[in-house]
This record gives sequence, structure tokens and C-alpha cells, in this order.
Amino acid sequence: MKKRLLSIVLGVAMTTGLLAGCGSSSDGAATSTASLAAEAATSTVEETSTPAEADSVGEANPGDIDTGDGEGKVFNIQAWNEEFKSRIEDHLPGYQKVSATEGKIGDVTVKWTITPSDDNAYQNNLDTVLPENENASADDKVDLFLMEADYALKYVNSDVTMSVKDLGITDDQIADQYQYTKDIVTDSDGNLKGLSWQACSAGLIYNRDIAKEVLGSDDPETVQAAVKDWDSYNATAKKLKDAGYFITSSVNDSYRVYSNNVSGPWVQDNKVVIDPNIKKWVDDSKALVDAGETNTYELWSDDWNKGFFPEGKVFCYFGPAWLINFSMQADQEGSVANQGKWGLCEGPQGFYWGGSWIAAATGTDNPTLAKNIMLTMTTDKDVLKDIAVKDSDCVNSKTVLSDLANDSSFKNEILGGQNPYKQLAAGAEKVDMSNISDYDQGCNEEFQNAMKNYFDGNGSYEDALAQFKTAITEKYPDITMD
Amino acid sequence: MKQKKSRVVRYNKWGYIFLIPFVAVYLIFQLTPLVSTIWNSFFENYRSGLKQIGPNFIGLANYAKILSSGELWRYAGNTMIMWIIGFVPQIFFSLLLAAWFTDPSLRLKGQRFFKTVIYLPNLIMASAFAMLFFTLFADSGPVNSILINLHLIAKPYKWMSHVASTRNLIGLMNFVMWFGNTTILLMAGMMGIDQSLYEAAEVDGATSTQIFFRITLPLLRPILVYVLITSLIGGLQMFDVPQILTNGTGDPMRSTLSMIMWLNKHLYSKNYGMGGALSVLLFIITAVLSIIVFKFTQERNS
Repeated sequence: MKKRLLSIVLGVAMTTGLLAGCGSSSDGAATSTASLAAEAATSTVEETSTPAEADSVGEANPGDIDTGDGEGKVFNIQAWNEEFKSRIEDHLPGYQKVSATEGKIGDVTVKWTITPSDDNAYQNNLDTVLPENENASADDKVDLFLMEADYALKYVNSDVTMSVKDLGITDDQIADQYQYTKDIVTDSDGNLKGLSWQACSAGLIYNRDIAKEVLGSDDPETVQAAVKDWDSYNATAKKLKDAGYFITSSVNDSYRVYSNNVSGPWVQDNKVVIDPNIKKWVDDSKALVDAGETNTYELWSDDWNKGFFPEGKVFCYFGPAWLINFSMQADQEGSVANQGKWGLCEGPQGFYWGGSWIAAATGTDNPTLAKNIMLTMTTDKDVLKDIAVKDSDCVNSKTVLSDLANDSSFKNEILGGQNPYKQLAAGAEKVDMSNISDYDQGCNEEFQNAMKNYFDGNGSYEDALAQFKTAITEKYPDITMD
Repeated sequence: MKQKKSRVVRYNKWGYIFLIPFVAVYLIFQLTPLVSTIWNSFFENYRSGLKQIGPNFIGLANYAKILSSGELWRYAGNTMIMWIIGFVPQIFFSLLLAAWFTDPSLRLKGQRFFKTVIYLPNLIMASAFAMLFFTLFADSGPVNSILINLHLIAKPYKWMSHVASTRNLIGLMNFVMWFGNTTILLMAGMMGIDQSLYEAAEVDGATSTQIFFRITLPLLRPILVYVLITSLIGGLQMFDVPQILTNGTGDPMRSTLSMIMWLNKHLYSKNYGMGGALSVLLFIITAVLSIIVFKFTQERNS
């Protein structure tokens, strides 16, 4: 009897487990009828539970965005996280949230497919879906998708992405955007294929207490003078070391600064080329590591994070606005950010970090809506200013950024009241991304991995370079070496 | 007589019906991938970005490329070294524990509790276990702070930046994860040995060491061979622990890159040709090593 009861309990537990599994899958790819039904159910529930909110959004500006007559009824957007979705929900006029994965613009249903980028899953998904997009059924066609800079060219240099000119966006409409955000998504024939609402130009984020102690002042101008080029930067590193501080948490912190300022792309004529500035990163970093002035931690590791607290004894991080606002553990009692003890200056060279680009997929059945969403989200100054103020994004508009830079009421608590937009706007002008290549993501990753061996003393530069080349031929079998 | 035979046939029918699920699963999930892997290994077939290259038939070129580069032997060496580091303590402690647990004269208390505890690490996912070790042995992790507080070391030891420590950590993890499983297997083997042999030996005045080496070990040989071969095959397919611990790099200087991790590296470009060829070579290596172990233990028996 006891056994039978147990088996019944187990059986019930197993079937509920299975059913629960079915239910949760509706959050992901909404394709099967079962999950569609489940979604419809949740959406009605949400609609009835928040009628006031839904109405107010709906009445705000009905038909503010032209969805195009006779175009598709379902607008599919592919992304790797919730960022763009929340920007649309908060800032796109006329967008009505229906459920976690659905919304409405006029009579068009917006469907979100979020695939995390872990293990390359997001790109693998795009690689399968996009080439078949033209033949997909109308409701399944991908209309918009998001890309990151590291792999953007992979899609931009193929036919799966539409040129913004073909959508009807003119150069004048996007003249206020920073050039580097266009360089990243321009194909080899010069066609611009995507737009971004963010300009993630970055700077050197320094610890004010350490700056006061070692450099005599925490004023951005004084600190900038001490790190204005790599020679002064390395000299400052020695001063910091003598006072018991590390200049950066890891050699990988400064990698982006060097790699954004190369004189040629990673791959030229199907051959990998080590740029002089990349080689300079290796030499400078090796000297810093050997002198005990920095470490070889991986970015985002627990060791790397230590400098967010005073006990970490780290002078600076290199990063954009989002790193300052969201990643430096400002909500943790006792962190440097919590005390408002960070400062921002431009650093040795201009660079950027991160950002999301919006692109229209070839085969879209909603070109008008795709165009209007792209234009509103990346060029409408009111929307952009709203994003900058509410979400602390460094937005892709020269006018809005300079307005903010001159707005004395705009203060960042984490930076001790400093207005970061002066440095960020100046930095964004300096970034030059014309040397981006299709292979950047793999090359940058593998190069840093391989060089860690050299910095740690497990091999010579030549050994590490050989390992980098092996790794690259594995990732990109069509590339040759030397 | 005739009636009886037909009943046997009718009865046998059920045997075949019960076999259908296995055969179907085997054909779909085992044999088909096996054949298609071998077939794929003769083609140049990969992706560069969104560009599909191939499939072009290139005969044995993939094999020639793998064997001529010498990389395979390096990673095979890594895999074997890391397996041995884990297997030696594993078999030692398993034999010891199994002998203690099955020895009736010791009358160990709380056997069930300890059997459960030593098996527990095996229930944790290898990747979770590797993440745990990654955190424990980070430069500013708990292990380093304990060692510093005990004044054993002056500054943090970089566990993941030295060949020996990284390999030993991987071996240690495999040992901790698998010794419980091996203990249970060996215990099953030991309990199958006739108790009267032990009693006879005791009456003859044999010491417990003599009993272990003269009675337990020889009679345990079939199970030992089984444990050795399954562990060897498992070791050759070592992947998750070093992959997670080193973040897929196999560093320092690829000294902890196992053969399957290398195979995994070819999947970034969806290189089915190279991946297939490498899998076939792995299959051959595994088969050869297993046959060697098997022959070796058989001969000593006769």
C-alpha cells in the first residue's frame, strides 16, 4: 500500500514536471500551437488585470507610428536580452505591452524572441533563421534583429541584412549620429545596414581617493594629464605601484583601448595581421605584469571585481557609461561607487565598449514599420533625451549629448557629482572603427586568451602567438597564417 | 509436441516486441549518427560567418591534416596524464574503502551513511562542480585566503596559471567525483566472493593483507577489468571539467586541453568534416587502448 502510494505520488510529480516544462517554453520561441495558446491565455489575463495602464498607453498617441498599409500583421524581433524591449516599451510612442513576449503597435502584433548569447546561441539561432527568412511564412518572418559590434559585420556583409537606404532612410536623417556607430555596420561596398541608439564611447574611470593621494588632485584635467598617452600612463603605473596600488585590475582592461586604435583590420587578404598597436598592448602589458603593476584576471571574474571596493587597491577601469551606472556595484554598501568616489577622464586613446545595433532582415514583410521604429528609436531627439535621462544610456546623438554636457543640473552620483557627458561626447568623436573586420570577435578573444600565457610566464611571445594562430585556424578554417 | 513448439514461438514473439524500443532507439540515435560521422569525415564542410563552404568530397585530407599537425597526440597526452592523475588515487581509495565496507570482522557502523556520502559528489553536475572549484581556487578565493591566514604562503598562488596545479585540480575533481561510484562497483564484486574462502584462509592463519592480495584481488579481476576499461573510456572522453575550469581555453598553453575539448573547438565553425575525422580517430584510439587493457589483464589471468 505504502509503495503504491509512493509510486502514485512520483508519477504525479513526474507528469506535473513535464507539463510545467511545456508551460515555461512559451517564454522562448513561440511557435507551437500549445505555446501560442498558453501565451494567448496569459495575455488576456494581463490585459484584464491592468486595464488602466494599457488604455492610457493606447490613447497617448494612436497611430503615432505608421505601420504601413497592407503590410504584415506580425512583427518579429530577435534579440539576446531584454534591453531593446524595455527601451521600446518605455519610449516608443504608440507601443502597447501585451505580455512579456508580445506587444502591439496599431493593429500589428510585435513578437519578441529572446535568445541569450551564451555559448553563441543567439548567433546560431540567427544563422539558421536569417538565410531562410525570405521563404518563411509571413507571420514567422524576422523583421528586425539586434547585433553587437563584435560580430555585426558577419551579418552586415551578407545579404540577410537590408541596407537602410533601401528602407527609405536618408543620410540627412542620421547626420546627428556619431560616425563610428555607422562604420561598424557599413558593409564592404559602403552600404549602411544598421542603426544604434547608443554611443558607448568610454573613458578612464579612476578612483578619486587614490588620485588625490598619488597624483595630488582628483580633478579630471590633472588625472588626464597623467594618463594622456601610453608613456605617461606607464609612468603613472610605476608611481601607483610605489604607493601600493595597481593601475588596472587586469591587462584585459586596456585591451579595447589599444584594439580600437589599430591601423588595419585583423584579417587582410585572408591573412591574420598583428597590428603594431596590438603588439604595443602586449609589450606594455608584459612590462606592467612583470613589475607587479597589474594582473591577468579575466574581465567579470571575482578577482577582477575586487577593485570596485577600496580594499582592491585598483586605480582605474576603462569603461563606458553603462559600466559606471550598472556594473560597478553602486548598490553595495562600502563600494567605491556607493561612496561616489569614481571620476572620469578621457584616457590615453579614445575607444568604445558595447552597444546594440538594430538591423532590418531581408525578406521582412513590414519595411515601413521597421524603418519607423529604427528612425524613432535612433534619431528622435525627445526619445533619445528621455532614454539618456531615464535609462542612463549614452545616446547616439551629437546634439543631445552636447545639451547634456552643458546642463549643469546633470550630475552623476557615482562619479561624485561629475557630469560625464563632456568626456563621453568628446570621446565619441575620436573613436574610429573603420578598421573593423568580420573576424574581430574570434581574434580579440583568442588573442587575449593566448597572451595570458605569455604574461603568466608559461611561454614566450612566439609560443603564445603560435597558440593564437592555431586557435584562429580552428575557428576560421578559411584563414591562412603568414 | 507440435502444439508446444508453436507456444514457444508465440511466447518468443513477446521477446521481439520488447526489443523494438531498443532497436529503434539504437538505429536512430546510435547507428545513424555513427555512419554519418564517418561519411562526413571525407568532406570539406564548414561555415565561415554566414558563408557555407562545401560539402566537397576530399577523401582522406581531413585525416592527413589532423595526423600531420601532431596536435592530436599532444591533446591525447594531456588527456591521459589528467586521467591517470585522477585514476590512481581513485582506484586506491576505492579498493581500500570497498575492502573495509565488505569485511564482516570490522563491523563498521553507519555504513549506509558513508556509502551515500562518498557517492554524493557524483550526483553534482560536472560543470557545477568545476564552477565550484573555479571559485574556490580563484586568486582571491577561499583556498588562497586560508593558506595566507595560516602563513603557509605569502601571496596568493595562481592555481590556474601553472600547468601542474591546473592538471592536478582536474585530476582531483575527477577523483572526488568518481571514487564513490567505483567503490560501489568493487563492493558488489567483493560481496560476490564466497565467504567460505575467507573463513578457510583465516583458519589457515592468513593475515588480512594476505587475504586481500591472495583471495580478494584475484577473484575481483573481472570487475577490476570492467572498472578499468569504463574509466579509461570515460577518461578519454574527458570534457566538462577542464572545459568549465579553464573557460574552454585549455590553458596554460593548452596543457589541459583534452581531445574532446579540441573536437569542440572545431564546432565553432560548424566544421563537420574535421569534427567527423577527429571523432573517427578518437574511436580508433579508444578501441585500441581498450583492447590493450583487455589483453593485458587476460594474459596475466592465464
